[in-house]
Amino acid sequence: MSRQSFRLAAGGRIDRGRTLDFTFDGRRYQGHAGDSLAAALLANGVRLVGRSFKYHRPRGILSAGPEEPSALVRLRGDARAEPNTRATMIELYDGLAAESQNRFPSLGFDLGAAASLVAPLLPAGFYYKTFMGPKGAWRFYEHFIRRAAGMGRSPEGADPDHYEKRFAHCDVLIVGGGPAGLAAALAAGRSGARVLLLDEMAEPGGALLRERAAFGDVPATEWLVAALGELQTMPEVRLVPRAAAFAYYDHNEIIAVERVADHLAEPPPHVARQVMWQIRARQVVLATGAIERPLVFSNNDRPNVMLAGAARAYVNQYGVAPGIRAVIATNNDSAYATALDLQRAGVEIVAVVDARAASTGDLVQRARQAGIECRFGHAVVAAHGRRCVSGADIVPLGNGDGRLHAETVGCDLLCVSGGWSPTVHLHSQSGGRLVWDETRAAFLPGSSKQAERSAGAVNGHAALVDCVAEGLRAGAAAAQAAGFGNGAPPVPDWPTETTTPLRPLWALPGGPRGKRFVDIQDDVTVADVELAASEGFRSVEHVKRYTTLGMGTDQGKTSNVNGLAILAGIRGEAIPSVGTTTFRPPYTPVTLGNFAGRDIGRHFEPTRRSAMHDWHEAAGAQWVEAGLWLRPSTYPLPGEDIRAAIVRETLAARSRVGLVDVSTLGKIDVQGPDAGEFLDRVYVNGFKALAVGRARYGLMLREDGIVLDDGTTSRLAEQRYLMTTTTANAVRITQHLEFLLQVVWPELRVQIGSVTEQWAAMALAGPLSRAVLERIASIDVGDAALPHMGVREGRVAGAPARIFRISFSGERAYEINVPADYGRLVWEAIMVAGRDRGITAYGTEAMGIMRIEKGHVAGPEFDGNTTAEDLGLGRLVSTKKADFVGRRALSRPAFAEPQRHRLVGFVPVDGRTRLRAGSQIVVDSSIPPPVAMIGRITSVCDSPTLGYPVGLGFLAGGMARKGEVLHALFPLANQWTDVRVADPVFYDPAGERLHG
Amino acid sequence: MLLITCPFCGPRDHVEFTYGGDATLTRPDPATASDADWADYIYLRDNPKGPHLEYWQHHAGCRAWLTVRRDTLTHEITMTAPARKAAGGESGAGEAGR
Repeated sequence: MSRQSFRLAAGGRIDRGRTLDFTFDGRRYQGHAGDSLAAALLANGVRLVGRSFKYHRPRGILSAGPEEPSALVRLRGDARAEPNTRATMIELYDGLAAESQNRFPSLGFDLGAAASLVAPLLPAGFYYKTFMGPKGAWRFYEHFIRRAAGMGRSPEGADPDHYEKRFAHCDVLIVGGGPAGLAAALAAGRSGARVLLLDEMAEPGGALLRERAAFGDVPATEWLVAALGELQTMPEVRLVPRAAAFAYYDHNEIIAVERVADHLAEPPPHVARQVMWQIRARQVVLATGAIERPLVFSNNDRPNVMLAGAARAYVNQYGVAPGIRAVIATNNDSAYATALDLQRAGVEIVAVVDARAASTGDLVQRARQAGIECRFGHAVVAAHGRRCVSGADIVPLGNGDGRLHAETVGCDLLCVSGGWSPTVHLHSQSGGRLVWDETRAAFLPGSSKQAERSAGAVNGHAALVDCVAEGLRAGAAAAQAAGFGNGAPPVPDWPTETTTPLRPLWALPGGPRGKRFVDIQDDVTVADVELAASEGFRSVEHVKRYTTLGMGTDQGKTSNVNGLAILAGIRGEAIPSVGTTTFRPPYTPVTLGNFAGRDIGRHFEPTRRSAMHDWHEAAGAQWVEAGLWLRPSTYPLPGEDIRAAIVRETLAARSRVGLVDVSTLGKIDVQGPDAGEFLDRVYVNGFKALAVGRARYGLMLREDGIVLDDGTTSRLAEQRYLMTTTTANAVRITQHLEFLLQVVWPELRVQIGSVTEQWAAMALAGPLSRAVLERIASIDVGDAALPHMGVREGRVAGAPARIFRISFSGERAYEINVPADYGRLVWEAIMVAGRDRGITAYGTEAMGIMRIEKGHVAGPEFDGNTTAEDLGLGRLVSTKKADFVGRRALSRPAFAEPQRHRLVGFVPVDGRTRLRAGSQIVVDSSIPPPVAMIGRITSVCDSPTLGYPVGLGFLAGGMARKGEVLHALFPLANQWTDVRVADPVFYDPAGERLHG
Repeated sequence: MLLITCPFCGPRDHVEFTYGGDATLTRPDPATASDADWADYIYLRDNPKGPHLEYWQHHAGCRAWLTVRRDTLTHEITMTAPARKAAGGESGAGEAGR
């Protein structure tokens, strides 16, 4: 076990009383509660933590926060394994196990690093060029590219954890719990507004945890304690740690992911691993801070080349010295704080190498007083070392080829600061503009599109006192805009330090050796950007895609501004004229489980079950999904094959009696003085004249004349109809009718309501159906009292019932509707009453066979292309009604075209070969495709009643071609069948069995 | 995403609504409309940039069809009203602000 030899003797916010064991690449280490994995690795002297994406170069830890591009590890194992997890964001827990990525066989000795030796062969756009290279080049490269592509390995097995979604509403949402965010929460909270503050890290405070600073006489850490204490007393303020806002959508909707249990080995029972928050805020304050930029010089990717601010964080927050001997390269004042803090922690400071000619900032003065060597007008142009930086080449700037004068100094830590890039991601996602600030060399939030404002470092403020002051003002202003407070908070008058502006420094001169990395996650170098520009990629968006700059899991948080500034330099243009790439959600990587939430497995969508569901289940039903409904497709007996069951059910209904559950059909109650008039305008045929107690088949069109839906509608009373729709269209037809009533014909006095779920429905079909029904019906169901298409109310098995003498099967049939709670009772009573008659429950398969045998059109024929005439239902269309939906379009010339495809039947010429739905009809099978298609088969069955296969479909010219032999091609199986055109009503064309 | 203020139910997330298309159209009188008028009504839709009237149904709420004025460029919603009242003209009756 290694000792924590880089742990400082004191300081930091870690709990030294709690020592945690963890492993990295199987090796055991110790850290403390409060450590990040990155901090614990540094404390143990681990510098090399991964291999890079393309060149397999050794990589270390660059940052101390969410921007980390480099220290990506595989956390945990098996199904809980998570690749590409940022070591800087992992909170250490006891027993943590992590592995490095992209190395084989080991991190120290990696064969893939040979890619570094052939690096000139892998320029920008290599992947695209293989597409355009010599024929076959892609096939040659593909194998290697696929193997090399991607980082990390996916977990195997189903995710054992669960994820939740929650919705939240607030007056003021504050993103970021640093000085500005906390100040905004205080100001907004004091006004009484409902405030939600999200902070990405485990402990709120942001820079207050990482910097040694004071507000007047008060250390920043004490101000933090006081602020958190006051926020806790405010009942309307809620602070959510470990919650990263990653998306900003229209109308102030912000999505965040809360890592509820990632700091534990596994989530406690019944606790979600992560929760996705969907938040609506009246006002938003973005206090998202700023991200430090690296400097671009040769071998700037070596382990322990670290952002200067991150080095301070490791010393101040984690009590870790990231090195023994440090060189600090900067172009601004902030890195001097690193020099002071490292020196205070006992780290030897070789020099601060500052690109500027001079600085009079207070921090610089203090560094000088502390005896730190400050070399102005100099820059680090190269790093030495492989697995850890071992030295730096320092040159004076502005003297021609400075490399001639390079001085090499030894160090094991190279801190870099190229200035700060405000975290404008959410502001930009919200539609806000960005403006380039020349002095700060940064894109700042410009005008807002939505109700949001930015505060603190995201606005370019470097001093914490300024962040607090602006946070107070922003919080108060946001609260006032939401209707709370006067918007004028007291702002303390703390002294500020003087600073000298930075000197923009985008890419330092290159040398003969050593790549200068712009994007270290994607291994994109200055040379790649130059190559892309020289090949004509001028737009920053094109350069991004061609070089992959900024396309990694970090989305270029540390690289984008450097990259576009380098591109601007090559193009000889100003940075704002080059512009930025688009900031898109998510700001930070989000585990896919969050988007699925609980909507997985059987909870993926609701399941609708009829009132008789349990009976079907007990009877051994096979289920078929019909929209959200589960319907029995057939009820095979023990040991019975499915096909045999379907044949048995069909023949039972044809020869004796069968019972089928039709509860899923849409049912709409239509009431009012104008109900008949309304239905006349909805259907092609007439309903106003329908007598009370009678049912009628109705057909609906869309306004373009195409068939929309069909069903049976009955007149229950003078002003009351019951409409039925197909199962699939029930919801859509209800919305359609509501639209017509509310918008098109608001003068009609009609109300409608969906009653689909209020009624259980079952169809009793077959020559013995009346005999069975008579036994349990309270009313006369004889042919005189209840003729075909008659409707009567009465009781069935004691339950109130509506009995409709309608038939889908073609047999004598009764559709019985009872209130849903009676459904199972009545169903069972009918099955008992019919037992001695051989009653058989049948499913959708037998139902479908019987409707095809009868030539009844259904879903497959209502395919959005067919008219009433096409379906053989032209006779239904009223010529008397002045208007109904779709009538005006019926005069379209295309609908009268003689070669229009119209409904016909098809039978195989050999009387045996089964037909396939989806087959195309052609005249001559000897012509190879593509060949003119003159028809199609839509529905097929192997008719048990007739003993041969039949099909319904459409054919140019329709029934005029009856008897013709044509050819059906089923393209998916390249299967040809000779078919004869037949009457679509294959069974009982005279309809005698309806009365049988 | 969108927050639509239903005049009956208040501000609700757009997942509760069904989009119903262009609300500037009125169904022509089929007795007098020419073929071209009817084809326009059925098939031709403008794709305006800026404020636009649309139908939305609050299907997961009161089931009212609404007329909504939405800016197609900014998604800003400046008016919602029951379509029943708005039918035959964009009346101010029953309007609810964003």
